[in-house]
Amino acid sequence: MADDKLKPEEILNVSYEPADRDWLTPTAVFRKGTYSYSAPLKHQKYLDLPNQREWNPADADWKLPENWKEIILEGMGRLLKRHRSFKLYLDICVRCGACADKCHYFLGSGDPKNMPVLRAELLRSVYRRYFTVAGKIFGRLAGARDLTEDVLKEWFYYFFQCSECRRCSIYCPYGIDTCEITMMARELLNLVGCNIQWVVEPASNCFRTGNHLGIPPHAFKQTFEFALDELKDLTGISIDAPINRKGAEILFVAPSADYFASPHWHTFLGYLMLFHEIGLDYTWSTYASEGGNFGLFHSSELAKRLNNKIYAEARRLGVKWILGGECGHMWRTIHQYMDTFNGPADFLEEPVSPITGTKFDNARSTKMVHITEFTADLIKHDKLKLDPARNDRWKVTFHDSCNPARAIGLFAEPRYILQNVCNHFFDMPENTIKEKTFCCGSGAGLGADENMEMRLRGGFPRAHAVKYVKEKHGVNMVSCLCAIDKASLPPLFEYWVPGVEVCGVHELVGNALVMKGETRTADLRGEPLAQAEEPTA
Amino acid sequence: MPIWYGWLNRSAEGAPKLELPPGEKECVESTQYMRTSHVDLLNNWKETVVRDGKRTYVSSTGKEYTMSLTNTCITQCHSNKAKFCDRCHDYMNVQPWCWDCHNFPKEAGK
Amino acid sequence: MNRMWIALIAVLALIIIPWVGVGAAGLTLLFGVGIPYIACLIFFVGFIYRIVSWAQSPVPFHIPTICGQQKSLPWIKANNRESPHSYWGLFARMALEVLFFRSLLRNDRAELKQRQRLIYSSNRFLWAGGLLFHWSLIIVLFRHLRFFTEPVLPGIAFVQNLDALFHVGLPALYITDVAIIVGLSYLFLRRVIYPQMRLISLPSDYFVLLLIIAVVLSGVLMRHFFKIDAEKAKELALSIASFRPVIPTAIGLPFYIHLFLVSILAAYLPFSKLMHAPGVFFSPTRNLKNDSRARRHINPWSYPVKVHTYEEYEDEFREAMKEAGLPVEKE
Repeated sequence: MADDKLKPEEILNVSYEPADRDWLTPTAVFRKGTYSYSAPLKHQKYLDLPNQREWNPADADWKLPENWKEIILEGMGRLLKRHRSFKLYLDICVRCGACADKCHYFLGSGDPKNMPVLRAELLRSVYRRYFTVAGKIFGRLAGARDLTEDVLKEWFYYFFQCSECRRCSIYCPYGIDTCEITMMARELLNLVGCNIQWVVEPASNCFRTGNHLGIPPHAFKQTFEFALDELKDLTGISIDAPINRKGAEILFVAPSADYFASPHWHTFLGYLMLFHEIGLDYTWSTYASEGGNFGLFHSSELAKRLNNKIYAEARRLGVKWILGGECGHMWRTIHQYMDTFNGPADFLEEPVSPITGTKFDNARSTKMVHITEFTADLIKHDKLKLDPARNDRWKVTFHDSCNPARAIGLFAEPRYILQNVCNHFFDMPENTIKEKTFCCGSGAGLGADENMEMRLRGGFPRAHAVKYVKEKHGVNMVSCLCAIDKASLPPLFEYWVPGVEVCGVHELVGNALVMKGETRTADLRGEPLAQAEEPTA
Repeated sequence: MPIWYGWLNRSAEGAPKLELPPGEKECVESTQYMRTSHVDLLNNWKETVVRDGKRTYVSSTGKEYTMSLTNTCITQCHSNKAKFCDRCHDYMNVQPWCWDCHNFPKEAGK
Repeated sequence: MNRMWIALIAVLALIIIPWVGVGAAGLTLLFGVGIPYIACLIFFVGFIYRIVSWAQSPVPFHIPTICGQQKSLPWIKANNRESPHSYWGLFARMALEVLFFRSLLRNDRAELKQRQRLIYSSNRFLWAGGLLFHWSLIIVLFRHLRFFTEPVLPGIAFVQNLDALFHVGLPALYITDVAIIVGLSYLFLRRVIYPQMRLISLPSDYFVLLLIIAVVLSGVLMRHFFKIDAEKAKELALSIASFRPVIPTAIGLPFYIHLFLVSILAAYLPFSKLMHAPGVFFSPTRNLKNDSRARRHINPWSYPVKVHTYEEYEDEFREAMKEAGLPVEKE
């Protein structure tokens, strides 16, 4: 960690009361720890992105094309014609300030340009200058400013300090969604080749290999073999995990971190155990080996290009419907974009649980079901034998990941599961969960290590709420439904609230699941099971 | 659209014609003042009479009047409430509470 | 702070214009008829233009922000108001937002206390101030219909009487006149007092508030202090509304100031942030149901994109896949 030197009290030496100055003057300073590296040339090339070059945000010269200004303004005009959200949200903000202290980056940094209203004004000021009468006539008096290279750099700095979590949007009286503004700003930055490594590289990997981590099919197969060996050791059961199997009923798609990173891995084991135990007729895919979609953090076009694989693979394998794993922005893409991008999925069937017969009516068009919807239904129908006492060493809270919360409204399903698989569950304070949940600070492609200071700042409100339940209830485990959370929360908590661990919901399901013919002495982390008595329920 | 309402009722041609008292040419104050501020004048009269017990009003032209809605205004000049007071008050949609206390003398009103 | 002074000077200048124009130069026809007509024309054309321009941009993606439990499994209680799954739910969500500022009611204030405690406290002043202003405005505007209808619309008398319930002063003081001034004063003062608000406020933010305050004050002043000939004002209003304008006679200077400020406000409105009023109905994060997995949303400008097909993928990895024992399409 580059900023081990910064102590929490130093980081928090911030004020929410900005000085009265003129924000129209661009101020971005590319200080180490607060920005992400630029996209590597190799991956720019692989995705055919514009203005391919090696460049560095900290350099004075960004090697922009000569007519960069025209490109941006022309692009802005095009986006205004294509997105009502963009046009409307640039027009109707009254600057009431309700959003100001809702952004986790503002709360962690005190930088006024991280107030959602001002973040949007960075773009709005240029919109006014070139697209509105008042801005053309009155200039700065009307809050309008010229598009200069410094303004562009400021955009890059601050629109890659927004994790598109949409928390501000729920407080806005008009629903102005900074995520939309940020998406448009990033679309514009892309036009002149300004994007970051942590977005472009996973997207490029995903385009080529089917997943963000760039795992080729044979390595994919290998990690499954490791997992199945591990499960054999843990449970004594030989589990099968079909890959690329034609004719399966269900295609299962999870974020690639689940089968490669930690603590995601334990969630992955949980899935495999669950599917084995209920005898699900399903398959994994190496081609569609990624549920997440870093294209979404780049442009709607790239999001669509990456998302295409899921339906294409479902069609090729001839499955009936698709089940999706624990991931945040993946579920924003699937719930709100996939059908529009690459539908209609008329070659699939309306999802029905083969175990309970429950029809997932809410997914009847997209034909993709969230795993917590699926598992909650199993538990409700008493199809799983669960021993929540096996999770007794954990006092659990649930971090609502931004996208499943504010895109889907997925609140009750995971909580129902958690309350059935563990005995000690405590929610964090009401204004930090559900629709008011705080981002981990690393969403929307901002999870790079070089950006650690901003991540720690942005994650502070979430960590603070965890600290609250830790002190009040002794919470030592935060469960969540997002691969980025699982990657970014452990270092965040290590910094702000040591002693709290992170897991997926299905890790706890896997622990509690009493399998037929099992011999279990350890949980999925290899720790001795809390107890090995007769299951209670 | 409510603004067409007036047009449809063909009433936009002008304000109500007030029936002026026969004979009398001049009110206690100028017409312009009475049009804008008769409320203030009457309110002022009321308070002067009730609180100070004074009953004589000296107008801006120096003439003296007895401050009394019933005895001066109504009895001496504006004897037709419907055609003088109400027309304009209805037009402006105001409901003065003069008549909550004051009687409009029957003989004057007819 | 400069931004506030600029706006204040602009509004003062706008007050002086009719003062000189009518008071000194006697241009009653211009200020009583000409400018109001021009302002109305700009208002209606501008308003419609803005709405049409929004409507012309499509909503390519289904992006509501959800604030309640989705409708999924039958035994989970869905929140139809915060995560609408039916048109009734959507109607309720929009109605609550538009009529009662539902989202502002959520507002809280975050403060970083010493020892690095992040404290949230409920902060409903903005909600209350906003509600006070907007509801007062609606009632005040409704009351103004007595100047534009003859016979006067039924219902107005009732509202007037209710609004003057306390019988304070003569003519009676309207509750909404006081309320709107209180609401506007709060909305203005918070932009002056709070550092966050001072930073984000543009001259136009102060300008519209000060302009509306000036409109309200001029109206209240001519009702209670600088009396005008209200009957003649109505005559003019009716004549303008029925497109048979009369040449206005002596109505009183305060009236012309009021009318001029209203004209400026009307003409400025379509080009300002005040378009949030119709705009909120267009907001795709609020006016869409949470049914994007149940019903396909169409993007009208969707175009084919370059994808990486399975064939291309297998071509690159075929040998390795075969070696790993994974099934392939082409041997």
